[in-house]
Amino acid sequence: MKRARTTRAAAILLGPFFVLFTVAMLLPIGYAVWLSLFTEKQSGLGFGGTETVFSGLDNYTAALGDRAFREGFGVLLGYCLFYIPLLLIGALALALLLDSALARARRFFQLALFLPHAVPGIIAALIWVYLYTPQLSPVVSAMESGGIGFDFFSPEGALPSIVNIALWEWLGYNMVIFYAALQAIDRSVLEAATVDGAGAWRVALSIKVPLIRASVVMVALFTVIGSLQLFTEPLILNKGTGSAVTSTWTPNMYAYTAAFERNDYGLAAAASILLALTAALLSFVVTRFTGRKGKKA
Amino acid sequence: MNSPASRSRWMSKTAVNGFLVLAVVYMLFPLVWLVTAATKDTGGLLAGNAFSFEGFNLGENLSNLASYGDGIYFRWYLNSLMYAGGGAIVCSLICVAAGYAFDKYEFRGKEKLFGLVLMGVLVPTTALALPMYLLASKTGLVNTYWSVLIPVLVNPFGVYLARVFSTGYIPNEALEAARIDGAGELRVFWSIGLRMVMPGFVTVFLFQFTAIWNNFFLPLVMLSDRKLFPLSLGLYSWNTNTHGEPSFYPLVVTGSLLAVIPLIVAFVSLQRHWKAGLTAGSVK
Repeated sequence: MKRARTTRAAAILLGPFFVLFTVAMLLPIGYAVWLSLFTEKQSGLGFGGTETVFSGLDNYTAALGDRAFREGFGVLLGYCLFYIPLLLIGALALALLLDSALARARRFFQLALFLPHAVPGIIAALIWVYLYTPQLSPVVSAMESGGIGFDFFSPEGALPSIVNIALWEWLGYNMVIFYAALQAIDRSVLEAATVDGAGAWRVALSIKVPLIRASVVMVALFTVIGSLQLFTEPLILNKGTGSAVTSTWTPNMYAYTAAFERNDYGLAAAASILLALTAALLSFVVTRFTGRKGKKA
Repeated sequence: MNSPASRSRWMSKTAVNGFLVLAVVYMLFPLVWLVTAATKDTGGLLAGNAFSFEGFNLGENLSNLASYGDGIYFRWYLNSLMYAGGGAIVCSLICVAAGYAFDKYEFRGKEKLFGLVLMGVLVPTTALALPMYLLASKTGLVNTYWSVLIPVLVNPFGVYLARVFSTGYIPNEALEAARIDGAGELRVFWSIGLRMVMPGFVTVFLFQFTAIWNNFFLPLVMLSDRKLFPLSLGLYSWNTNTHGEPSFYPLVVTGSLLAVIPLIVAFVSLQRHWKAGLTAGSVK
């Protein structure tokens, strides 16, 4: 009797979430898979109508066979190798500095470093693109008067420009996560190490960092998934005049262009699914690869 | 000055705090630029020396912002408030209810179901936008408020956070006491559980509000009627005009500044809550 009552209550409380979860997550995933298996073909008599025909994995081979799509993954790889280590090391370094006994005004630093996260990604991208634009930017003119010429929109400049925007948006946010984990470390462990003669550097690198390993893995995981979806920042750079960023620069931009400029939904769905599969694979690798050694945590 | 030890400590202290100050300068100077740039007219902006209040033109920029296109900017502002405020309230309620159920009840397949929720956290949401757009056009929802509002009601990570908060904030004894007094399960949730988990509710709300306010990809895909745009999409559409028509620059800059203010205020005044969210997320 009581059991039935609680099961019913659980079902009512979980219901709204799972209905929406199905409608806005499972259903679109299923629909994307289904779409990716079909192609629109001109119907035989050429009256301009189209019909949808089953095409198996053709859309996947078309996407993978397209140089622009493969190059998008190349850009993404370069972006990840550049951005993720900088983000993790930068956020960890700042968190360790803030956690050290020497830091002052911790609340202020935490808030100030976190604030860029309150800026919408699109606005962050706009601000930085304006700061990169020679006519508008005090930064570019300051650099020029210092004898440094750097074109943020050039083929070599585009990737660092975007990495900088992403770092600005996410460094403080992840720093706060690491700092929260550092603050949760049992202080007696640290005191014991200090008594044993370990210096501040030693304590930070061989005790604190291993102890917050779970947080580092989690941040790495979310960063990988976020990075794969790179879209907004390059889109804004793409609208800049004379930019090296093309409309298919990342896989997500490729899918968007395929869907809304070429109206090829099958190809766009296949591209999205390949991207999601990559995310799933990388999540699996990150959790497996790091989970085994950190099991005790 | 004194002993070498205290001198080296002083130097370390300067180095540590110096690095932190440098990081803060990097984080804040684009925002300072946004504030000073919003006070300039087109010519002042294009002159590039924006870190000053020289040629103060903020009043004019604001009135241009209010009047351009029949005041469309403030319509976008209201839309954003509606999407983010309404969406985040409903989403937080749904998440807290689900998190509470996962925490307080035992039922068959519970952990499997929770595992499904956690899998949902890892789904790249932009990959869902295209199929969602096609589903929305089949059901006639495309280019309506609902097309942007419904998808943002789902936040698997919010359910995870809510479960953590439910464990932390709601002692089972309090629920038992209410049950002994004869309250039904839903009543127990509504009048005791929800009240006790309120700080967690605010945290989930804050993060969801930010996520929706910042949402760009979904409205970009779903909406074509400018009257339904949120701020992010509206400012983007203005920015695409700037190359042909530089007089849009002050509109975009001033509009961006106003769009950022509510979130900055929220994060400054609700520090305890976002820290709690990031802590709860980092523990496991």
